[in-house]
This record gives sequence, C-alpha cells and structure tokens, in this order.
Amino acid sequence: MSEAVNPRYAEGITEEIVLDHVTADEYEIILKELGRAPNLVELGIFSVMWSEHCSYKSSRLHLSKFPTKGDKVIYGPGENAGVIDIGDGQAAIFKMESHNHPSYIEPYQGAATGVGGILRDVFTMGARPVALMNALRFGDPKHPKTRQLVAGVTAGIGGYGNCVGVPTVGGETNFDKGYNGNILVNAMAVGLADTDKIFTAAAREPDYPVLYVGAKTGRDGIHGATMASAEFGEGSEENRPTVQVGDPFTEKKLIEACLELMSEDAISSIQDMGAAGLTSSSVEMASSGGLGIELDLDHVPQREENMTAYEMMLSESQERMLIIIKPGREHVAERIFRKWDLDVATIGKTAPHGRLVLRHQGEVVCDLPLDPIGENAPKYDRPWFPAEARGSIDPRELHQPEHLGEVLAGLMGSADMASKRWIWRQYDRHVMADTAASSEDPADAAIVRVHGTEKALAITTDCTPRYCFADPFEGGKQAVAEAWRNLTAVGADPIAITDCLNFGNPERPEIMGQFVGCVEGMAEACKALDFPVVSGNVSLYNETDGVAIPPTPAVGAVGLIPDMSQRMGYGGMKENQVLLLVGETRGELGASLYLREIENQEKGASPRVDLAVEKRNGDFVRSAIRAGQVSAVHDLSDGGLACAAADMAMAAGVGIKLAYTGNLPVFAWMFGEDQGRYLIAADANDAEALRADAKAANVPVEVVGLAGGRFISINGGHAVDLIRLKQAHEGFMPALMDGEPEARVAE
Amino acid sequence: MKTAVIVFPGSNCDRDAAMALEAVTGVKPAMVWHEETELPEGLDFIMVPGGFSYGDYLRSGAVAARSPIVNDLKAKAEAGVPMLGVCNGFQILTEAGLLDGTLMRNASLHFVCEKAPLLVETANTRFTKGYADRKEIVIPVAHHDGNYFADEATLDRIEGEGQVAFRYANNPNGSARDIAGVTNAAGNVLGMMPHPERAVDADHGGTDGLALFESVLGKLS
Repeated sequence: MSEAVNPRYAEGITEEIVLDHVTADEYEIILKELGRAPNLVELGIFSVMWSEHCSYKSSRLHLSKFPTKGDKVIYGPGENAGVIDIGDGQAAIFKMESHNHPSYIEPYQGAATGVGGILRDVFTMGARPVALMNALRFGDPKHPKTRQLVAGVTAGIGGYGNCVGVPTVGGETNFDKGYNGNILVNAMAVGLADTDKIFTAAAREPDYPVLYVGAKTGRDGIHGATMASAEFGEGSEENRPTVQVGDPFTEKKLIEACLELMSEDAISSIQDMGAAGLTSSSVEMASSGGLGIELDLDHVPQREENMTAYEMMLSESQERMLIIIKPGREHVAERIFRKWDLDVATIGKTAPHGRLVLRHQGEVVCDLPLDPIGENAPKYDRPWFPAEARGSIDPRELHQPEHLGEVLAGLMGSADMASKRWIWRQYDRHVMADTAASSEDPADAAIVRVHGTEKALAITTDCTPRYCFADPFEGGKQAVAEAWRNLTAVGADPIAITDCLNFGNPERPEIMGQFVGCVEGMAEACKALDFPVVSGNVSLYNETDGVAIPPTPAVGAVGLIPDMSQRMGYGGMKENQVLLLVGETRGELGASLYLREIENQEKGASPRVDLAVEKRNGDFVRSAIRAGQVSAVHDLSDGGLACAAADMAMAAGVGIKLAYTGNLPVFAWMFGEDQGRYLIAADANDAEALRADAKAANVPVEVVGLAGGRFISINGGHAVDLIRLKQAHEGFMPALMDGEPEARVAE
Repeated sequence: MKTAVIVFPGSNCDRDAAMALEAVTGVKPAMVWHEETELPEGLDFIMVPGGFSYGDYLRSGAVAARSPIVNDLKAKAEAGVPMLGVCNGFQILTEAGLLDGTLMRNASLHFVCEKAPLLVETANTRFTKGYADRKEIVIPVAHHDGNYFADEATLDRIEGEGQVAFRYANNPNGSARDIAGVTNAAGNVLGMMPHPERAVDADHGGTDGLALFESVLGKLS
C-alpha cells in the first residue's frame, strides 16, 4: 500500500537520511500510516519515539508478564514513577533508570544527568524526593579505563545529588570484565507525597494552555535516546556532544518551584522532559489523555540562536518540564517560576483532534496523528532461545583450601565485597535530616524516616549478574528474592519494586533469551512474594564491538518499617551471644564469588531459589525482629555464611567462633551461596526460644557460632584477626583509586 | 525564643536547620527569603543554612553574600544578634566579611561526607559553653569546599583571641591548623563547616550538636 505513496520522500529527504532515523521496514509503516512522506521534523519525531529507549519495542511483549497490581499499589507502570500506599494518607513514589551509554562516553555528566532525570520522574508526580540510590557496574579493576570511569561517575552522582540536597543513601558497586566496554549506571529516586496530591501526565481537557518551565532549550543531547539505543564501536567517544549537561542548581529550583505550584490549584497535568525532550513529553501527555496538542516553537525559551524545529524537538537539554495548566491560572505559575529565576512560557494548548501540530516561524512544520507515534509504535516478538543449562558444582571435586581464614580475608578484600567507602564518602547521605541508615551503617537496606513520623522507608538495590549469566531464570528470581530479603533483614515489610533491565543487543537470540529468562524469573518471584513491579526501565544494546554485558536486571525495592524503634541492622552483636543460621545449607558453589575469586572459575549452575522457603524464612525473621528477640540480622548473599559473619564481626568489633560438624566440606559450608538464609545474633535464652518457634514454623534454624574475642575462627582453627579482615575490606578501593598504577594492578 | 533561617536559591539544609531550631526552642523559625531587605524584629538567633546557594557558581557563597537580605544580616551582626553559619552558611559569612578567612576546595579535591570528631577548643563562647565538660564531640561534615584558609597573622590573631571554637580531630579537608569553626571578635557570629543541626536527634546523626543550640538558645524546659 505504501507503494502508492508518491513521492516516497519529502523534499530534501533521501533514503540515506531516512535510514539514519528509522529502519526500512519502519519507514514503510510510517508511509502507510500517514499516506504521505514525512518531512525531516516528523522523521526525527518518529526516530526518537520509536527508539528502543522510548518505545520498548523489543521488550513490551515480555514486560506484560510482571505482576503490577496489589493492595498497596496506587499507580503502577505507565506513569512517570510507581506509587505505593504507606498508610496515613501518604505515598512513596519511586523509580530506577539507566544512564549507561552517556556515562561511558562522559562519566561525570552522564551520571549527573542520570540522577537529575530520575529525580524529575519522581517530583513530576508531586513527591518531594527524599532518597537517592545507585547500582553501578564497572569493568575489570585492572582495565585502563576503569579508574577514570569510577572517579567520574562517583563525582557526577555526588555533584548532582549533593547540590540538589537529596541524600544518596545506598546502592551497590560491582566490577566485572564483562562491563569493560559498557559500564552500567542505574540511579533510583524515592519521594514522598500525600495520596490526595499526586499528579499525572495524561492531558485531561482540550484547549488548556501548555506551559514550558525550567531551563532553556539548547542543542545538547540531540538524539540522545537514539544513541542510548545503539551498540558502541570504535569512535563512540565522538558521541560526546549527544551527552546532556546537567545543572543541579536549576534542578533544585525546579523542585521547589514545582512543589510550590503543586500546592496551588493550578496544574491539570505535568510531565518532565526526559529522553527525547519536548517530543516525548508532549506526545505522551496528549496521547495518554486521548487528546491532541499544538505547540508554537517560536515561544520555546532557547539558549542558542537560530535553532530549528528539528533541534528543538529532539534536544535533551536538562531541567525542563511541561505543564498543562488550568485556564486562567497561568499567572500563578508565572509568579512562582519567576521567583525562582526560571523560564516559564505558554507554548501551546491541548486540542481535541488527536494530532501533534507544530508551528515554527509561522509555518506548520509537523502535523502527525498521535496514535502511530505512541500507542501503535512497533512491537517486536524477537526470536530467542534459552541459555544452556549448566551442571551443578560438587564441592568435593574442588581444591580444598588450606587456610580458611586467609580465604575469607581474600574474599572480603575482593573487588565486589570490598568496602565502597571511597565512593559513598563523596555522597551527602544526611541532608534532609531523616537518614537512619545509609551506606556507612551496618544494615542490609538504607532506612529513611518518613518526615515527621515514626515510620521509615527501607530501600535496597540488588542483582547478581553472575547468576543471571549462568541461569537467567534463576538469576531473575534471585535478584527479586535478595531485595525482598534485604528489606526483611532491617525489619521492613517489603512492598514493591522498580527495575532497570540492562542487556545486550536484543536482535541476537541468545541475548533476547537472557532477557526473557530474567523477566520470567523476576515475574515468578514477584508473584510468590507479593512484591509487584510498579515502575521500571529497559536498557538494551549494552554491547561494544559485538560483546554484550552480563545480563543485569537490577532491582530497586522499597519496604515500610511501621515503627522506627523496631528497625534492625547487622552491627548489634555482643560478646557471648549466639549466632543462628536461618535456612538450609547445601553448599551451593556454582557461579559463586568463591569460585570466581579463589578458583578463578566462572562455571556451575546458579543457586536455586525456593520462593516458598524464601517467604517462610523471611516472615520468621521479621517476626523475630519485631518481637525484640534478636540483636543483629544479616542476609546471606555473595560469599555466603562466612562473609556475612565477617561483616557482623567487623561492624560489632567482636569476633565469632564458627562451628560446623556436618557432612559438607567446611569451605563449601562457609562460602556456599544457598539462598533464603539469614544470620542472627541473639542472647542465649532468646536463641532457645527462637529455635523452638522455628521448629513450629518449619523453618530450619541452627546454632553456628558464638560471639567473642578478636578473631573469626572455624572449629577452633583457621583464625583470622578482625584487624586483618578490616584492612583487606577497606584496602581495595583506596589502592585502586588513589594508589600508584603499579600498586593497583598488584592487587 | 524568636529565630530565623535565611533561604537562598540552592539552600538545601534550610529544612534541617528549621527542624533543629524547632526541636530546641519549641517554636518554628521564620524562614526569610533572600530577596527580603529586613529580618524580623526582635530575633534571638539567626541561622544561615548549608547547601549550594547559586550552585556554588563563581565561588561558594560569593553570590549569596551579595543578596539583599545580607545588608540587614550585617546590621544584626553589628548589633550583637547571635548568628550561626553552617557549611555554605559559613562560606557566605566569610564572603560577606563577617568572619575571617575563606573556605577553599578540600585538599583531597573530593566531596567529603562523614561523621567528624571535633575538639571543642573553648567553652568560653556563647555557642560552646554547653560543652564545658566535654573535649571531643562528633558532628557530621558534608562539603566540597571546607578547607579553611587565612594568612598566618590572621590565624595567630584568631587563635590568640580565642575565636577558634572547634578543631578537627582528624582533619578531613586540609583546613589550616585543623580549624573547623571560628567566631568573630565580638563572639556573636559563629561559622563552622560541620553540621550541628544534623546532630540533634538520636535516630539521625547523634545528639552532639544539641548543646550548641542549647548554649545559645537555652534548654527547653
């Protein structure tokens, strides 16, 4: 049918220009939908709206497998961020998003604008942002680019978050050679709002004024969304001009001005300008409301001269918002935004016609029906095949280490386990005066008080890419289960998650198989744990020269601690207390940290997650915390029981005498990464009561050690001094970042 | 007790300051926008909060120190009203000429956020008299430009006059002579990089900052 479109190309457009924007197949769809050839502005709009980043064309089909509803879900996916009910008329609003490609090209600005963007997603909905988190994956510490990327990303996250005045309370940092050419920077923001003051993006009425507020539009970030949807190769650094530049000072003013305007009866709907800037914000507002929108680009505040309509529509200049205002209330917005020295301009209106109409210098430069751009964007069922199943590891067939204490010190000082003090010391973790636990504190999740109440939010980010690579389905389950476990370990009721799904090129069936496997595993865990997905983001094409990153579906999770005085950490162990292990240990070493760091092997099946057991064990631990029967709780993850015990001992300054008499090789018992487990420190009489309760609840609980002394030992031997452990744990990052280059590679 | 917190574009510890003042006095402080030309009458205490006024552009505190409200702030300082500048507030007070010295980029060049042990250098100021029985306290720091600098003669003079209120036990930023907080010659203006307003609550940052506010504002009975 598109054959009938004549001419096939609008004036000034060539086949080459078309293919710079969309695929040949997609161009055919455009011709068919429009019945004419699009001009350059229209082609640019299709290009960004149909980019993977904005359209989720490869992933949408599978994302629908996530459970997204629940008693506490107010808004799930589809809004700028997820919204959950935390009681008393209050809501927590949160989302996680990737800024991987820009951060690799220009680490400071890439990471900074990642923070800025995710904050806007949250305050757009009426929330005051109260916490930031980040999940970072860098390449091999020995790779020549790693140090510069760590330094730049850390400075960028801190530079933005510190200035905006939202505490960066936690996160995770991993190193793996699989990220050498493609680091991951995933930022999460959490905000608080009243449930009756939540704002959404969908346009409600035609003929309402459309206001542009915030910073001016420049030529930065043009086609950023398209870049973020492409693989890297030689010369990616030349993309630097497509990375946006952030101004946290403007963002801080924008937060205050928006929240001030939201307290007045003026806003009909509001949307931030994120990826694909003015295009995606105007299209999404109009199309989700079933309306149309008309903009006069001459009124857009511009930072540079002679900007074209194409440039304005595709710019990703930061710190901008689009507001549909109630008619006659424009002056309220003007007063507030002028007070904060921000631009404010009426640039158009909503319309009943379901089209995007743009005027520039008196001419109509774009007139497109909205449905094909947004709702009817291409959706692909990409071919995929599942990852090959790996066999399990029999610890008896592995080399038996001689000195288990030294192995423990080695693991505690390894790249993934080592203290990330060097990083989080650069983040303001205390501003807003509600942080009860952050990266510096011995707790499995960050804890942020709900301002002016005795409630607190618990927040964590988790993913174990080793497991996802070994078995995408089990790895996806494990990422969700570990997040649930971390919230439980601080005494919270887990409520919901956001996700950031980072994968390689979905056009390759094995990569698509990783994606599908992880999503299905996550969905299964979310269902079993009543832990719905309320927001999220997909980042594909994380490849350089055809090499994909390990599959990394990062999970950001939020729970509620109803009473702050009942929060828990892993630092409270005291001399002579009993150490209890909750959960069953089979010594699973497949895809473990031990295997990678000590044996230099990355093989074996990832540990299985039995979701019913996970729930039973976690519910038991949470009720023990609330009954006041325990002094310290730590979840077991990377490095297993021994590494968790080391964390607890270092935090408390008290040693642990571990004891094991079972049939497994001792090192497998110590370092196996069996799931659904916790370590608890309790007084002897409480421990007795807990064991009796556990038996009744069908939860395996056993005594594995006694607190005391200055060492960690196992069965009376293999002792390692806490000072030695601490030196190993704290030494890695300073050696990497501040040491001489030779010292860095010696580690 | 009547208190005020000045708010500049980019201030971000204004809420922390207000919460601390309310906790100590039982009364919410007046929040005064920088474009005002006069502070409320009869103030017992003024706080210039931390943050990134004007994004730290040009120099930390330099633009804010030229705000309309600063003229009256100077008049109130002259009149002896007690005032405390914390972090960016300290930077603003030095830029406004109300305190000696200046705050340069941290020696490490990195932003630093940690719970900093401080030595109470003198309990002989109206801000520190509540620390008479204590030598060391812990107050959080969070700054990029906290490296206190003044020429040797100035340092000798402020030390000689007892104007150094706090020193770092473990200097996190390269400050000259480990100085963490200084007063003016009259003793009614205190500037410090550490955040006492983030240390008035056992659930958040500890309570070592409480005595500072109680010294100058009295204890809430």
